Amino acid sequence: MSGPNTDYDPVEVTPLKPEEIEQARDAALAAVAAATDLEGLKRARLEHAGDRSPLALANREIGALPPQARKDAGQRVGQARGAVNKAIADHQAVLEVEHEERMLAEETVDVTLPTERSARGARHPVTTGSERIADVFLALGWEVAEGPVIEAEWLNFDALNLGPDHPARTMQDTFWTDPADNNLVLRTHTSPVQARTMLTREPPIYVVCPGRVFRTDEYDATHSPMFHQVEGLVVDEGITMAHLKGTLDHFAAAMFGEGISTRFRPSYFPFTEPSAEVDLVCFVCRGASPAVETCRTCRGEGWIEWGGCGVVNPRVLRACGIDAERYTGFAFGMGIDRTLMFRHGIEDLRALFEGDIRFTTAFGTEL
Amino acid sequence: MKAPVSWIREYVDLRADVTTEELAARLTALGLKLEAIEKPGDAITGPLVVGRVLTMEPEPQKNGKTINWCTVDVGDANGTGEPQGIVCGAHNFAPGDLVVVVLPGAVLPGNFAISARKTYGHVSAGMICSAAELGLGDDHDGIIVLPSDAGEPGDDALDLLGLREEVIEFEINPDRAYALSLRGIAREAALAYDAPYRDPAARETPAANDQGYPVVVDDPAGCPIFVARVVSGFDPTAPTPAWMARRITQAGMRPISLAVDITNYVMLELGRPIHGYDADKLSGPIRVRRASAGERLTTLDGAERELSEQDLVVTDDSGIIGLGGVMGGETTEMSSTTTRVLVEAAHWDAVSMFRTGKRHKISSEAGKRNERGVDPVITEAAADRVVELLVAHGGATAEPGVTVVGRPPAPPTIPMAYELPARVTGMAIDAATAVANLEAVGCRLDRGDTGVTATPPPWRPDLVDPFDLVEEVARIVGYDQVPSVLPVAKAGRGLTREQRLRRRIGRTLAGAGCVEVLSFPFVGDEAFDMLGLAEDDVLRHTVRLANPLSSEEPAYTTTLLPGLLKAATRNLGRGAPGVALFETGTVAFPVDRGPAPIYGVDWRPSDDELAKLFEAIPDQPLHLAVVLAGERERSGWWGAGRPASWADAIDVVRRLGAELGVSVRVEPTARMPWHPGRCARVLVGDHELGHAGELHPRVCAAFGLPARSAAVEIDLDVLMRHVPDVVQGPRFSNYPVAKEDVALVVDESVPAADVEAALREGAGELLESIRLFDLYTGDQVGAGRKSLAFALRFRAPDRTLTEQEASAARDAAVALAVERLGAVQRA
Ligand SMILES: [Zn+2]
Repeated sequence: MSGPNTDYDPVEVTPLKPEEIEQARDAALAAVAAATDLEGLKRARLEHAGDRSPLALANREIGALPPQARKDAGQRVGQARGAVNKAIADHQAVLEVEHEERMLAEETVDVTLPTERSARGARHPVTTGSERIADVFLALGWEVAEGPVIEAEWLNFDALNLGPDHPARTMQDTFWTDPADNNLVLRTHTSPVQARTMLTREPPIYVVCPGRVFRTDEYDATHSPMFHQVEGLVVDEGITMAHLKGTLDHFAAAMFGEGISTRFRPSYFPFTEPSAEVDLVCFVCRGASPAVETCRTCRGEGWIEWGGCGVVNPRVLRACGIDAERYTGFAFGMGIDRTLMFRHGIEDLRALFEGDIRFTTAFGTEL
Repeated sequence: MKAPVSWIREYVDLRADVTTEELAARLTALGLKLEAIEKPGDAITGPLVVGRVLTMEPEPQKNGKTINWCTVDVGDANGTGEPQGIVCGAHNFAPGDLVVVVLPGAVLPGNFAISARKTYGHVSAGMICSAAELGLGDDHDGIIVLPSDAGEPGDDALDLLGLREEVIEFEINPDRAYALSLRGIAREAALAYDAPYRDPAARETPAANDQGYPVVVDDPAGCPIFVARVVSGFDPTAPTPAWMARRITQAGMRPISLAVDITNYVMLELGRPIHGYDADKLSGPIRVRRASAGERLTTLDGAERELSEQDLVVTDDSGIIGLGGVMGGETTEMSSTTTRVLVEAAHWDAVSMFRTGKRHKISSEAGKRNERGVDPVITEAAADRVVELLVAHGGATAEPGVTVVGRPPAPPTIPMAYELPARVTGMAIDAATAVANLEAVGCRLDRGDTGVTATPPPWRPDLVDPFDLVEEVARIVGYDQVPSVLPVAKAGRGLTREQRLRRRIGRTLAGAGCVEVLSFPFVGDEAFDMLGLAEDDVLRHTVRLANPLSSEEPAYTTTLLPGLLKAATRNLGRGAPGVALFETGTVAFPVDRGPAPIYGVDWRPSDDELAKLFEAIPDQPLHLAVVLAGERERSGWWGAGRPASWADAIDVVRRLGAELGVSVRVEPTARMPWHPGRCARVLVGDHELGHAGELHPRVCAAFGLPARSAAVEIDLDVLMRHVPDVVQGPRFSNYPVAKEDVALVVDESVPAADVEAALREGAGELLESIRLFDLYTGDQVGAGRKSLAFALRFRAPDRTLTEQEASAARDAAVALAVERLGAVQRA
């Protein structure tokens, strides 16, 4: 590479001599190569490829030459200019990349700096859990039914075969509104929604009813005067306990994983006959030895008590205006809070109702 | 119900290798749910022996207690044969009594190691035991005093107390009252193992005669059968046999005295509650009737009770002597001097029993059985069994008189089609199985071509309907045999619009940084006072509860704010630098349209009746509340943080409206609990949604919240009603936009929203958008004035606007603001 052409004077050249064109080309290439940044390259370009550069001037004189000489000269000058322009373009590209790299390096920040300017929100696990449950049934073609929390006594009890003197009324200690002879209660279960559904719709009925319920329980780690239930109701032709079992097995697997099924034990609920308690295969130990012996979730039982269910008592169908000869139905119910407690290992029920944001935001990933 | 396994085996021939666990599991599968298996002996290592109290010296202590310094003969069990010195805090015994002594070196339940230790100035070498200390129930009141024939000092007490026996505790459902007896549990065990069963109630009883104690039943519906027997010459000091005391203890009751223990024993054995009277305290005939309002009775528990016309009472010439079937009275109670006992075995109407127990808040072992239904046929047998035991163990003589008034009610007959069990359960149950299983539970069957007519056994008053019979058939076949078949539902329509909107609302708020809270909806005056609500504020008009958990919070809430504000305070108190909380939930407003009707249940109420029912239910709109307190944006390397303010609260509502496609507007208002100058009334059209803004300083102080905390409460039902059904695809122009800025000076009291509305209206249809981008108050505009700067964007759908067109539209906008609001355009 030659040095910079500091003494170069374009006016004095004899432009069309081949050696001079070569010289001018070489000088230009040398100057381009010598440029170390975009600014230097720009200067070299103006000097060696600009309007007043030797090659440009030589080019201008070509027109005055005789034809043969013009052709030769044109070719020579053209080749020289092409070589210079290419060199400029190539070097420009290289310098631009270098420039960009340098600039980006200078703009480097510490990406590990904190970025959260405002706190994250979250929905409550009971809300997302209820939706998750509803979605399992929506996917089966069921619908979600709802009703008011302050409910008519007739719908909460009588219509469900819990007559005024039914011993089962003592099983559920009820909040009554004042005066009590207004016959209004805080619903003790979501079953009045089932009654409302049967009273206002024709079978076939396939509904799931999640909701808030109340009982006069003291508030402690496993009891609360307010809690959440989900109930399901199907009324259709040909419905049997087998359909109930199939539905609950599906529900259990959807909530707790494939292979988690249910078992029935005879029980008693006024609104169903036959009635059963539903137990769930423990989703931690799966009831298998030896894990089951030390399992804390099921306390070594291999099963977890989940809820109650049964075939809808024909008395309930009749009170709700459904032809009990033609239709049969099933119903089930379980605690949402309780389901969440063992699903998420929540040890104290009160955590759900304290409103501590540390608790709720932890459920941000719950869908 | 606690059932000793050895007692169960007395009535049913179970193979010796049937374990207690297996028996409990089989019975659970039949519907008697295992609650616990007790093997108290497993938690005890000896020596636990019989001791005879030789001396006891009461020694008052400085702490006010009196302890007894006792010497107790424990035979050779202590290795010396010398009396053992023991300090005992109980007082329910006397020298000469046989007691249970645990000697040093033994371990009691709960890993309680016994050693000789110095206490109250003596070396106490062991302990005289109570039932609770041995794991025999919860009875801490005093030590166990053994019957005098229980054994000799030094005898092993583990066997004597039945501590090596296993006891199964069952949870008995209300429909299976028959299983509140060993008779019933053993019957189920026989069913479970198809094993031979001996009915303990099957006995020859003497025929009724007219020499018995006179009894008149005025209310045969309330008391269909009343049996009275009398024994005389009873020795009131006779001890309860050890085996009987043991079984009573194992069953969870407490031995008291021979006569009482015998009635309790027979109740446990047969399920029939029995009442014993001191016959010498009775005067004149026994009569059963309903009480008159205002009549009074002091029951055995010492409580004086005012009776109702629905209570069934037992009387003699002296007046009322007992609440029939529920609890006896004091005046005719058996005592330590009773030598003549009248044994009452009566069948009572279950509903009356339930009502009386509930009315007087009496919960007793007898009441529990009577209100659920007892076998009426065994009434005579039960009385006879009590007489037999009084004679055998109390030296009594049965008097020849046998009083039987009335007869057991006739059982119902229930038709059931053979195919019903299969149709209901989905199991392949044929007619033969159905018949066999119904007979196994004791039904008498009349078999027809297509079904049976069943007469349920007298101990099963719960069997009324065909479906009740199906359950009996099914539980014997086994619930584990029910197949699992997923039913195919009709095609559903997914969530309703409102359900989808509620999900969207929750997600929007969480996306805006708010954390959801669920609080109890109970409220009281204190919370309303803290919110600064006026005495006549509509929010104080609540649905009240008749039986609130706390008298401080006696109503269902009309606002979600109290719970939410308390949750905010709690979080800040626990160290959160700031909180944004939200809650969606129903509140309630009374409707005062009279009581909700109670209809029959034999058919559906008419549509009109249903409408009346629904009408009586309080209005329960769905509300949303938000509270923002403390830090809203954090300080950090990027700069300073920012506390929550009134604007954040209003922005939450605006954002929510925008997400749902509802145009929400606000106007200034004053309403507690908000700051009167920083409260927005939020509206959709002319419908009020609720309020948002900064909380009143007094409210912040009352709840312990930082100053300037902000809150929102709106009615989501109203909001959701205004969400457009179907969004119309927007059309927009791609011609160039023309931008015009204007600054208007108005009086400080003029709301910016009014200025914006005037500009919008004046600008006409070329206006694409308008945005307030600056607010200035100060010297340049003068006191009491403010300058509002708006950016207006104009665009036409079909052409590029000329400069003249844009400025003409701007001028028209300004002109209307000037005319309507006295605005002055700022140069
Ligand atoms: Zn487990």
